[in-house]
Amino acid sequence: MKNKPIIRICMGTGGIAAGGTEVMKAFKKQLKRKGIKADVKKHCLLHKVGCRGLCAKDVLVDIIVNKVKSTYQFIQPDMVQRIVDEHVINNVPVQDWLVTDDYHQFHNKQIKVVLSDCGTIDPEEISSYRAVGGYDALKQVLETGSPGDTIKTLKESGLRGRGGAGFPTGMKWEFCKNQSSPEKYIICNADEGDPGAFMDRSIIEGNPHAVIEGMVIGAYAIGAHKGYVYIRAEYPLAVERLRKALTHARKLKFLGKNILGKKFNFDIKVKLGAGAFVCGEETALIASIEGYRGMPRAKPPFPVYRGLWGNPTVINNVETLANVSYIIRNGAEWFASFGTEKSKGTKVFALTGKIRNSGLIEVPMGISLREIIYDIGGGIDKDVAFKAVQTGGPSGGCIPASLLNINVDYESLAQVGSIVGSGGMVVLDENDCMVNIAKFFLQFTQAESCGKCIPCRIGTKRLLEILERITAGDGRDEDLELLMNLSYDIKASSLCGLGQTAPNPILSTIKYFREEYEAHIKKKKCPAGVCRDLLDYAVLAEFCTGCGACKRVCPAGAVSGERKQVHRIDPELCVKCGACFEACKFKAIGKG
Amino acid sequence: MVNLTIDGITVSVPEGTTILDAARSADISVPTLCHHPKLTPFGGCRLCIVNIKGVPRPVTSCTTPAEDGMEVTTRSSTLERLRRTLVELLLSDHPNDCMVCEQAGNCTLQELAYFYGIRENRFAGERRVYTKTDNNPFLERDMEKCILCGKCVRVCDEIQGVGAVDFTYRGFSAKICPPFEKDLECEFCGQCVTVCPTGALTGKMWRQKGRQQGIRKVHTVCPYCGCGCNLTLHVRDNEVIRVSSREDTINEGWLCPKGSFGYGFIANSDRLTKPLIREKGKLRETTWEKALEYIASNSLKIKENYGPDAIGGLASARCSNEENYVFQKFMRAVIGTNNVDHCARL
Amino acid sequence: MDKALKKILADFTKNEGNIISLLQNIQDAFGYIPEDAVYCFSKELDIPASRFFGIATFYAQFHLSPRGKNIVTTCCGTACHVKGSERLLNGLKTELNLPEGEHTTSDREITIEKVNCVGACSIAPVVIINKKVHGKISADKLMKEIRLLRKQ
Repeated sequence: MKNKPIIRICMGTGGIAAGGTEVMKAFKKQLKRKGIKADVKKHCLLHKVGCRGLCAKDVLVDIIVNKVKSTYQFIQPDMVQRIVDEHVINNVPVQDWLVTDDYHQFHNKQIKVVLSDCGTIDPEEISSYRAVGGYDALKQVLETGSPGDTIKTLKESGLRGRGGAGFPTGMKWEFCKNQSSPEKYIICNADEGDPGAFMDRSIIEGNPHAVIEGMVIGAYAIGAHKGYVYIRAEYPLAVERLRKALTHARKLKFLGKNILGKKFNFDIKVKLGAGAFVCGEETALIASIEGYRGMPRAKPPFPVYRGLWGNPTVINNVETLANVSYIIRNGAEWFASFGTEKSKGTKVFALTGKIRNSGLIEVPMGISLREIIYDIGGGIDKDVAFKAVQTGGPSGGCIPASLLNINVDYESLAQVGSIVGSGGMVVLDENDCMVNIAKFFLQFTQAESCGKCIPCRIGTKRLLEILERITAGDGRDEDLELLMNLSYDIKASSLCGLGQTAPNPILSTIKYFREEYEAHIKKKKCPAGVCRDLLDYAVLAEFCTGCGACKRVCPAGAVSGERKQVHRIDPELCVKCGACFEACKFKAIGKG
Repeated sequence: MVNLTIDGITVSVPEGTTILDAARSADISVPTLCHHPKLTPFGGCRLCIVNIKGVPRPVTSCTTPAEDGMEVTTRSSTLERLRRTLVELLLSDHPNDCMVCEQAGNCTLQELAYFYGIRENRFAGERRVYTKTDNNPFLERDMEKCILCGKCVRVCDEIQGVGAVDFTYRGFSAKICPPFEKDLECEFCGQCVTVCPTGALTGKMWRQKGRQQGIRKVHTVCPYCGCGCNLTLHVRDNEVIRVSSREDTINEGWLCPKGSFGYGFIANSDRLTKPLIREKGKLRETTWEKALEYIASNSLKIKENYGPDAIGGLASARCSNEENYVFQKFMRAVIGTNNVDHCARL
Repeated sequence: MDKALKKILADFTKNEGNIISLLQNIQDAFGYIPEDAVYCFSKELDIPASRFFGIATFYAQFHLSPRGKNIVTTCCGTACHVKGSERLLNGLKTELNLPEGEHTTSDREITIEKVNCVGACSIAPVVIINKKVHGKISADKLMKEIRLLRKQ
């Protein structure tokens, strides 16, 4: 069979959660039933792929027959038989289950560099990566290039660190290369801790070899012989695939002694994080690899001069490293053709929250926020108004609807008080309270503060306390000013990036949503209807049908009423959990 | 040597010197809580922040090496505001019971609060509440007063090589304590008490014996061993109530448990203050002259009757080298015997 | 020395381990970090026990007391937060009758935990029950799963 059918099943964390493993089993069973051997070399190629972005529609399945690709969405095991019978065998796609327009719309404005092979190759087969040109860049660098050339290419490409700070990668490598030290290290920072971000997880789950290849090239460029991938233990699938990929790469001599027959030795160890967000900060990450508490150290000296065990160390983010092989293969000019003057290339974002098409996207730098949210994301998922988008996680800020036309690049986002950060984008709608969002992030940073420096340890605690009293209806008139003053002082005096950016969610929400804070403080009201202590729930008699749904879910027994009669909520008993509001199908529960 | 200017003053220091040390060498004072000249720089208290021309944010001078041509500012309204906020934040999580605190008058935090004039606290909020549970005999650990400067952790690790305590937990709950929050089980050298900048670590026997008022400081040498560490006795109403040691001495301010806490014998009623002579099985008080006379005449008698080897001399490890030298010389040259030893070999 | 501890020690020496990897291995073997194991390795490796304790309390992954047979982890990342993870968590506490500050049921059957983000934001809210990720989970569905766990 020359044009053997290809079946790809999305089996990233999202795909597996939606039942990817079971779908895979069902396909194997159905193909066997038809006497088709699903194997790389036999009649039909059935394989798993990493995330292609739109996890909300998982399990996604691609069927390629005669080079024509069709994609199915929401596939469950019981649907597989029909797909095999009609599509794989008879080449008649099952129209009812194919992806809809929004799937294509989701992909139309994206440009995929880092993710170009995620979702098409089998992440657990090195041959799959090799087939699309994988490790060619490494060959090219080792056979015809030099460390200097490699760094030159990277500098020309304009690639900047994708972990958040946006430091030019080529320059970082050059600093490290120029250090004369017998021992140097390259570390891949896969400690993706920002809540609302999963770019790095998806890249490693979908194409681990791209990260490894980037690291080997980096090691060659700076003169390192040892590398580490510091990865969160909360990402078990990524860890498993990474380890598998390392074993395969070693077998094919892309890692280890005399790589590709050259006099170049390099190997990579996997270090598992143990659950501390602050370890994403590079000096804390180093402390953690060395086996200490992940408490950041003062910079300077920077890790490129004195890093792991006192030796020059380059620390790059997963996405940064995954870009490298594509830049080498296609040239600096090609990469620089995407993006803006100062922010070249593409960036992967995790688009989540109250958005219709939530998932992983890759867009050219400089695309407008509006295009991301409306064209790619398909707008807000319910019939309510867009309010803001939170970028950059706990270090970032909230960008309001009025700024939807800004370009998404390092400089533009910084100008409006947010950051690109590692790439989390959480969309908020009118039902989200901005004070509550600020409080959420402060709870996070406060719990993740290492406790070493005073401003972060005590300062973030005090910020949180002020936000807590505001959302509890005990806000004081001077609280806004106090929040801002303390925020500035924490930013200026904290030891590491965690503290220096922790107040950003507060400052940006005060900047754009001041009236919401004032409503909490002065009127003791939460306009979005989120802050429990400022809410009252009541049954709206004109809509109540007396179905009893609210009464059944109320955990406090605060709802009373006979069947088919208007119900009533006892404000004395109500714990304001909102369960009745959620349960009512007739919008008969009012809150405010 | 590197040349830099600090607050407009040109300073020349050896390469590798931190900005803090460079500033101090030029008599420019920079406040710190977590810095100790003999311990690894920590950079946690942030009080020593300074501005360097061309660097966007303040850096801690205790961790940043001085570089040629640097222009450093240690004082500005912004820096002072930041420092004030830091101290205010510390005080918002501190018992502020200086009235009854053992360290009042000898506390860096109290001094800073005084200089920044912090009376009201904008950040008043939750305080860490810990009970004093440690049943060890020497060290009082009042963790509510701990500002997590980490000096005790570093001195225990870097100077004493014990590692009895470490940072535990994190964020606002971070706390310095022995493993599994048990009672302290260490050598009780008391170095941590010496370096603690607040009242978090004190001596249990110091309690309510007196603080800074009415104290006479007596500089002396420790009688416990031949090392001869310098001691400073804090004397109040003719009673030793605390022992400390100056940093500019042979022992650099470090002491051992005996030096730090072993002063209880001084005022003990069992302590011998006069020589005793045993007569007919009973001890009788006498004067030094009479006692020495007694020893001298009896030694001579024994030597005449039984020969010098009938006499043995036992010196003490608590004597200095010089004293022990003189003693063996005395035994060999005057008595004429090699029968000489000292208690450390027993 | 216990056989399990010996194996961990061998791995430590062979793979240039550090205290973190050692504690990870101890937890894998025992389900938590027993005090005895810490003192044993402290003696064996001549590293003060305070270092172990400092690290074990720093990293959220480590547990100093035994946990329940079933682990239910609620993701509290941003995406899950705006989609109501807090309500899931409160529902769990009520369902399992857990007093404030307690995370394990008195019969040691179920332990509930929070995790900052498992990076499965596009299927928020997410709950992980015994390592299996459940996406887009509702309070009702979650309680059904919990009751199922209790029955087993």
